Amino acid sequence: MEPTEFFQTLRSLWVLWLILAFGIVLWWAYRPKNKKRFEEDARIPFKDGDGD
Amino acid sequence: MSVAIAANDPLRVPIAYDEEVVKKFTIAAMFWGLVGFLMGVFIAWQLAFPILNLDLEWTTFGRLRPVHTSAVIFAFGGNALFATSLYVVQRTCRATLFGGRAMGEFLFWGYQLFIVLAASGYVLGITQSKEYAEPEWYVDLWLAVVWVAYLIAFAGTIARRREPHIYVANWFYLAFILTIAMLHIGNNVALPVSFFGTKSYIVWSGVQDAMTQWWYGHNAVGFFLTAGFLGIMYYFIPKQAERPVYSYRLSIVHFWSLIFLYIWAGPHHLHYTALPDWAQTLGMIFSIMLWMPSWGGMINGIMTLSGAWDKLRTDPILRFLVVSVAFYGMSTFEGPMMAIKAVNSLSHYTDWTIGHVHSGALGWVAFVSFGAMYYLVPRLWKRERLYSLRLVTYHFWIATIGIVLYITAMWISGIMQGLMWRAYDQLGFLQYSFIETVEAMHPYYVIRATGGTLFLLGGLIMAYNLWKTVKGEIRDEQAFERPIPVAVRAAE
Repeated sequence: MEPTEFFQTLRSLWVLWLILAFGIVLWWAYRPKNKKRFEEDARIPFKDGDGD
Repeated sequence: MSVAIAANDPLRVPIAYDEEVVKKFTIAAMFWGLVGFLMGVFIAWQLAFPILNLDLEWTTFGRLRPVHTSAVIFAFGGNALFATSLYVVQRTCRATLFGGRAMGEFLFWGYQLFIVLAASGYVLGITQSKEYAEPEWYVDLWLAVVWVAYLIAFAGTIARRREPHIYVANWFYLAFILTIAMLHIGNNVALPVSFFGTKSYIVWSGVQDAMTQWWYGHNAVGFFLTAGFLGIMYYFIPKQAERPVYSYRLSIVHFWSLIFLYIWAGPHHLHYTALPDWAQTLGMIFSIMLWMPSWGGMINGIMTLSGAWDKLRTDPILRFLVVSVAFYGMSTFEGPMMAIKAVNSLSHYTDWTIGHVHSGALGWVAFVSFGAMYYLVPRLWKRERLYSLRLVTYHFWIATIGIVLYITAMWISGIMQGLMWRAYDQLGFLQYSFIETVEAMHPYYVIRATGGTLFLLGGLIMAYNLWKTVKGEIRDEQAFERPIPVAVRAAE
């Protein structure tokens, strides 16, 4: 298979790549290991040093 | 609770945030908001009573309509986004503005110059006739310069953050700034006819031009009017409700799915046109898929109040913020539905579209901005609280009634208009002439203009309230409702 042909095949599967990328986002966000850090990240607006 | 956490934070250091620029943008948002609402009210009355065109070329509906749309979207909405984004990015990164005071001054005056150049052009008839992208080439070039500076200021502030994680509101703001830069430049590839003339021509033509225009146009909705204002939602609702967002993990999924999907939805503006069928169907499918992130985001915003619903009764600022998210849910339900080709064959080119846009623009974009501005002004000017919370409550109800009048009138008028256009008699002739549909819409135009007038009245109340707050006055008043402590309630 020519390299250009190969890349065209990859390009035509763009929906698949986007779904995979989105799957990685889901996995990262809902990984039990990350639960605590995201709960802490949600508190960032309250750490601006104003005490309010 | 938040105070305790902040006090234990070893990174807690007083930072001199750059707030001068935020103050300026906030004042500008209020000023241009009133101009934009007034323009909208005027052209709404023009539609009901065409004599108000005044028989002058500068005051015709055709020239004032882009003044209205640009004033509310880019002048009111844009200044509100500048103000809130520069406030939020500094505080959530615990860093001062990149570029400092000079950058702030350039962004502010540069953006105001863009607004004045654009609006004066419209009134004089200088336009490239692309919806929401009417400014001619010289204004477009200037905006590109200002916008790239905005991107540098925002990204630069993030780059020197003291907080390791970039808070989700900043992701939305950054997506908004970056995508608007791309859209603005992509949609305005135009060749001026002469060096000193205002007229230019877009390099592509026909259906390619139409598709580029609506790739721009719908993503102006998606990234300017949605992503940017979601940045406001993710910061100001938690701050005003004094509790973190319902689910930070959901906010991550919300962000990436919204970004992935929105960029493909533009073709639904070109159903049943020369655009290839596959592209129309693609646009429709992606529009329908947008239901998911939109509703995920809405749930995340509203559920932030979970366990503190009583605050809605006592805090009119929070009411603005939360009702805005409810309107966001409503208009993002309606939008994908109207993108379905069968529904679109009825709704397209009718007033239904105008009603849909305004449930989003008035209910979501304006309300969330109002909430954020009511939050910001006492803090920026170091006042104890707003001049009057009662006036906020009046503003809320007057504006809400105005919106309801507006959108219900446009639903009825639009669906009636669509049905009249497609009605045939038994011989196969069109049942109604065009002028008959126009006459039938007159009462709804009057109701719509009345709703818009109420919305403007609410804006005037807000401007008065904020002005008094800046002056440092506090109105002696009792809240409408006060939370009764449980012990007292039990004793009664």
